[in-house]
Amino acid sequence: MNGTHTEPPTSNAPPGPTRPEFWRSPLRGPWLTSVLGLVLLVGIAVLFATGLLSYAAYNPDLAEVNDKTPDKGLLGHYLFDWPTRPYWLYRLTQGVHVTLGVTLVPVLLAKLWSVIPKLFTWPPVRSLGHALERISLLLLVGGALFEFVTGVFNVQLNYVFPGSFYPLHFYGAWVFIAAFLAHTALKTPTAWRTLRRRGLREELRTPLSETRPEPADETGLVSPRPDPPTMSRRGALGLVAAGSLTLLGTTVGQSLGGPLRDTALFAPRGQRVGSGPNGFQVNTTATAAGVRESDIGPEWRLTLRRDDQEVVLTLEELLELPRHTVELPIACVEGWSTSDQRWSGVPLSDLAELVGPVDRPVDALVNSVQSSGAFRSAALRENQVRDPRSLLATHVNGAELSPDHGYPARVIVPAAPGVLNTKWVTRITFTETE
Amino acid sequence: MTNDTATSRGGRVRAVIDPSPARLVVLALSFGVVLYAGPRLLGDDALGTAVWFLGAAVVHDLVLLPGYTLADRGLRALGGRRAGGPPTWINFVRVPVFLSGLLLLVWFPLILRRVDHYETTTGLSGDVYLGRWLVVTAVLVVASALWFAATRWYRRARR
Repeated sequence: MNGTHTEPPTSNAPPGPTRPEFWRSPLRGPWLTSVLGLVLLVGIAVLFATGLLSYAAYNPDLAEVNDKTPDKGLLGHYLFDWPTRPYWLYRLTQGVHVTLGVTLVPVLLAKLWSVIPKLFTWPPVRSLGHALERISLLLLVGGALFEFVTGVFNVQLNYVFPGSFYPLHFYGAWVFIAAFLAHTALKTPTAWRTLRRRGLREELRTPLSETRPEPADETGLVSPRPDPPTMSRRGALGLVAAGSLTLLGTTVGQSLGGPLRDTALFAPRGQRVGSGPNGFQVNTTATAAGVRESDIGPEWRLTLRRDDQEVVLTLEELLELPRHTVELPIACVEGWSTSDQRWSGVPLSDLAELVGPVDRPVDALVNSVQSSGAFRSAALRENQVRDPRSLLATHVNGAELSPDHGYPARVIVPAAPGVLNTKWVTRITFTETE
Repeated sequence: MTNDTATSRGGRVRAVIDPSPARLVVLALSFGVVLYAGPRLLGDDALGTAVWFLGAAVVHDLVLLPGYTLADRGLRALGGRRAGGPPTWINFVRVPVFLSGLLLLVWFPLILRRVDHYETTTGLSGDVYLGRWLVVTAVLVVASALWFAATRWYRRARR
C-alpha cells in the first residue's frame, strides 16, 4: 500500500532540481525523514486534539454570538458541553496547544527540508493515483504552513490574514488533517520498515566520522552524489531539538506564569503588568475595546432580564448582595494565562434568582459596554451559570477591578476561555433551557 | 497468448490509473473531507485564502528553503570539510545562526515592530523584543566562539 515505485532513469529529466544528483546532502534519506515524521505524527495529533478542545470550549453550538463558524455542519458534530471542572482545564489545553505549536516549528521545517527533492519528482505525473497523491501533498504542505503561520501570527496579534482567524484556522485544520491522515496512511509502511532496519539508538551513537549516506532505495530521497558530511545525523537531530528547546524555553513561561513568566523572552505575554492587585495580564485594554469613561461611570447600570421580567441595579445595589470569593485564572486562546487570582462578587445563579425563582436550568447571554471586539456579547451554558464559582466579579485580589480588567463588573467562569469572561458587563439575559 | 494480451492491457490500464488501488481509496476518503471543509475555508475571500494556502507552500519551497540552502552552500564553500579531513568551524557558525534565525522567523512581527496595535491592546511595551533578540543573538555568537576556541585549545593541548 505504499504506492512508491523504483525511480525511472532520469536521463530525460531537464538539468536542475529534477535530477537527483542536484541534491547533495549526505544526511537526506528515509531514516531522517521517518524520525522527523514520527515526531510530527505525535505532535500534530496532540495539536489537533487540543485544537478541537479549544473550539468546543467556546460552546459555538450554544448561541450565534459564540459561533464564529456558523457553517461548520458535520465538523461540529463532536461538540459537547464544555465543563467547569477542573477550573484550569482551558489553561492546560490551550497552553499546550500554543506552546507545542511554536515548539514544533523547527521539526516541521526540518521535515520539509528532508523531503524537498520530492517536490521536483520527474516525471511530474506517473499515473492518476500519483497525480492525486501529489495534490494531496500540496494540501499537506500548504495546510501545515497555513495552520502554523495563522496560529503564530494570531498569538502575536498580527492580524494580516485574509479574513477572521477563527474560520481560517478551524477549516484550515480540517483540510490539513485530511491530507495529513492520508499521508500517514500511505507512508507508515515505508517509515516502519526504515526504522526497523536502523534504529534510533544506533544512529545516535554514530559520530560524524562514521556518518555515511543511506543506501539508495525507492524513496528517491538519497543523493546519488552526496557531499562529504559536515554534521552527523545525530548532530542534525540535535540541532532541531535545540531549536525546539529554545522556542519552548522562551515561550512556556507565558502559560506557567509566576516567576517563570520572565523566561518567556519572545512570547507576547512574557512581560509583567506592574504590581498590585490588578497587576496581571490584560487581554484587551479598555481603550482598545472602545470603552468610554461615561459607560463605566456613575451612570452605569446592571440590567438583569428573564422572559419579560427585568431588574436594574446600580453599582451600590450590586455590592450589597451576598458575595462569594473564588480563586480562578484567566486563560486566553492565544495560549497565555495568568495564575489564580482571587475574585470577589455575586454568583451568576444568585443573579438569575433575583429576577424570579429558577425552576429549570438557565443559560445566560452577557452583554458588555465595549463597542468593539468579536465577543462583546457572549453566551454561557447552564452548567457554567449554575456553578457556584461562576461570578459577576467586582473585586480582584482585595481591590476594585481596574478599568482594564473590566470595572465595574466582569464575569469570571471556571475553565472558560478568556473571551467568555466578559468585561464591563452591562446586561445579563437569562433564558430557561428546554 | 490471448491471456498475455489481456493481462498486459489490464496492466497498462492499471499503470495509468494507479498501480496501487489502495492508495486511491485512501486519497478518495481524504479528498472527501477536503471538499467538505475546503469551500468553508475559502469563505468570503476565496482568492486571498487560496493565495495564502498555496502561497505558504510556494514561499517556503521556492524562497525560504533555497535561500538558506544557498547560504549554507556558501558557508561550506568557505570552510567545508574535505572528505576524510577534520571538522571545521562551520558548525560553530551554523548553530547560532540557526537558533537566532529560528527565533526571528517565529517572532518577527513583534521583533520588527510590525504589530501597530500591540501596545494599546495589551498594555505592554512593544519595544523590548528587538533588543532581546539582539542580546540573545550576541550571547549565542559569543558562546559559540568561546566553545570553538575551547575545542581548538583542547586539540592543541592534546598534541
